[in-house]
Amino acid sequence: MNNNIVPLHLIPCGKSAKVKEITAKGNIRRRMLDLGLIVDTIVESLRKSPSGDPIAYEIRGAVIALRSEEASKILVELL
Amino acid sequence: MGLTSQSTGISTLKEMLNIQLSSTDDIVLALAGNPNTGKSTVFNSLTGLNQHTGNWTGKTVTTAQGNYKFKGKNFVLVDLPGTYSLLSNSVEEEIARDFICFGNPHATIVVADATCLERNLNLVLQILEMTDKVVLCVNLMDEARRKNIGIDLDKLSDILGIPVVGTNARNGEGLEKLMEAVYKVCSGEISTKPVKIPYDKNIEAIIESIDEKIKPLISNKINSKWVSLKLIDGDKTILKSIYKYLDIDLAELNIIPGIETNQIQYSSIRDEIVSSIVKFAESISRQVVHIKNKTYNRLDRKIDDILTSKLFGIPIMIALLGIVFWITIEGANVPSSAIANVLFAIEDKLTLLFIKYDLPDWLHGALVLGVYRTLAWVVSVMLPPMAIFFPLFTFLEDLGYLPRVAFNLDNYFKKACAHGKQALTMCMGFGCNAAGVIGCRIIDSPRERLIAILTNFFVPCNGRFPTLITITTIFIAGAAKGHLQAIIATLTITGVIVLGVIMTLFVSRILSKTILKGIPSSFALELPPYRKPQVGRIIVRSILDRTIFVLSRAVVVAAPAGLIIWLMANMNINGISLLDYGAGFLQPFAHLLGMDGYILMAFILGLPANEIVMPIIIMSYMATGTMIELESMEALRNLLVSNGWTWLTAINVMLFCLMHFPCGTTLLTIRKETKSWKWTFAAFLIPTMAGITITFIVTQTVRLLGLI
Repeated sequence: MNNNIVPLHLIPCGKSAKVKEITAKGNIRRRMLDLGLIVDTIVESLRKSPSGDPIAYEIRGAVIALRSEEASKILVELL
Repeated sequence: MGLTSQSTGISTLKEMLNIQLSSTDDIVLALAGNPNTGKSTVFNSLTGLNQHTGNWTGKTVTTAQGNYKFKGKNFVLVDLPGTYSLLSNSVEEEIARDFICFGNPHATIVVADATCLERNLNLVLQILEMTDKVVLCVNLMDEARRKNIGIDLDKLSDILGIPVVGTNARNGEGLEKLMEAVYKVCSGEISTKPVKIPYDKNIEAIIESIDEKIKPLISNKINSKWVSLKLIDGDKTILKSIYKYLDIDLAELNIIPGIETNQIQYSSIRDEIVSSIVKFAESISRQVVHIKNKTYNRLDRKIDDILTSKLFGIPIMIALLGIVFWITIEGANVPSSAIANVLFAIEDKLTLLFIKYDLPDWLHGALVLGVYRTLAWVVSVMLPPMAIFFPLFTFLEDLGYLPRVAFNLDNYFKKACAHGKQALTMCMGFGCNAAGVIGCRIIDSPRERLIAILTNFFVPCNGRFPTLITITTIFIAGAAKGHLQAIIATLTITGVIVLGVIMTLFVSRILSKTILKGIPSSFALELPPYRKPQVGRIIVRSILDRTIFVLSRAVVVAAPAGLIIWLMANMNINGISLLDYGAGFLQPFAHLLGMDGYILMAFILGLPANEIVMPIIIMSYMATGTMIELESMEALRNLLVSNGWTWLTAINVMLFCLMHFPCGTTLLTIRKETKSWKWTFAAFLIPTMAGITITFIVTQTVRLLGLI
């Protein structure tokens, strides 16, 4: 396993990462795929909300906020 | 079972939707699209005021229908719920899918956001798999131009094989062309050749094998290839829908177990299908979208940096709320007294009329002093703040600020084990709690939806603002003069609202830990780009849709209430009026809460509409049993003080106004939404208990400490 692979919510703001794997199951997985979160998608971490969670990401031109519970189920490779 | 010829499915669906056709020549159109694409603006611009909203039978999803005329034909437009996809099996998506598939619309218009085309294409491609007759409306072209995003619409049309029209629905740009394209698709002048999504070879092979089996059964009623795809996708709801609308039972074929024995992993097939669509959308987007300026959304980012910053995010939010109230309070004073003057002048004329025709006193009392005066009160007190507050609120809504509020507050809602979107439904509650309760439909999880419904009443609606505003202005801020008064009043009301939000979170948490146990479900919130609000449209829509609606509801309730209160105040038993009896009965309990019997009585009588609570209190204090004229705040203050009001009474009335049983309309709405009297009763009990507890603690503490 590559050391560069981390859950999405851990990447620093302003950095981009490439989706490697989605570990969520069922409907949550479905919703993530619908947002365009498929393998090899580039995601940029934009900003944290005032209390640090959720975090807003740019996903395929749209800005989507995800709670850390969800973002932790998306494994990415930091670019 | 199997194929029975008399399929009545299509008419069933139309009935379910309650589509009103004026003749059989009417052309039915479906309007689909992602949320935040300006879909409703397209809908409003096309249909104008010829629309009505209705519920889907048995489903808690509202949809609007409207019609427009073009080239002598009547087009009936059905606004489907806004969805990102049709694959996730939520109620909204199922409805949108079923209508496009089985409702047999003559054509489907898909609205897409020009500034975010790639993501929108996902839905477009899914719809193209279901039906050929599609027109793509690429909306918000002006925003795209502003951001220097170029879109080659002709090329997009070539690739997709359907007409593509660029529009800017807010000023009507491109709508003529859109109607033209729709007309041509419906009349067959344009024949569409929708592009097919290329799937992986293995999947194509499976599709083929299933298609062979089901094609003879469903013949050409719907696209059998698409059904096959849905079956591999493991979508069981499609079987149900096919049975329901086409009366074809595909479950007998046992197709799904068949796939399973093929040793192919389900989850990977599902992923593969979605990935194919997303990748295809990406490649199309690459060919037609030209972003000339990579930093096109820098301004949005900068605004977000400020509005959601760690340091300023929440203070700015509270400040904005404060500004909205300050403008409302300051701005409402003048028109309020002007309207009151006019309405009470009319009252004098009415009285003269009664004298002239020698009508009996009791009739004058009941109709003029009871019904008319209550009405005049409600209108003069409510209309100006609403006419200012609603447009301001709609302005923030239009700008795209509310999702940022949800973003800022989400962590608190998460800690309360509630859904992030509850922040949005809470905001809707500021307008009207019944609307807020209906808005809770945006929350998927039933547990979190219930929490949002049960706690919605903790934010004051427009019916309660007048009470809060009147009391703060005359009591809390009464000592100060001029502008300072408005500022103190604003601070107080903002404080009350912050308290309401805290209570919302607190009660949500208690519910999550007790009767509605559970962990928060997933949360993905889109922060759409900021949009330049259309001021004219905001004013028209907020006055038409909200102000008139809320006011007329208040008037309908206030008129009979005025009569009842007048009767209660004037019907005597042993020389004591009914109102006094009631108040006397409630007095001991009310005293514990730092109020008096009349106040509690007013809250109870105000059940139909909270707007009339303050008028009832005032009316009860008047020896004549009718409401005083709104001569001056000073007179009002004197009246209250002479009836034993202190600052503690004022605080308790405000607290109780924030936390007591929801109004009748809200309760009935909750009953409708939850389909349960038990939860309706809970919604009644929870805020009432909270209000009683808090006013009791406040009062007893203050009295114990000897502060008063």
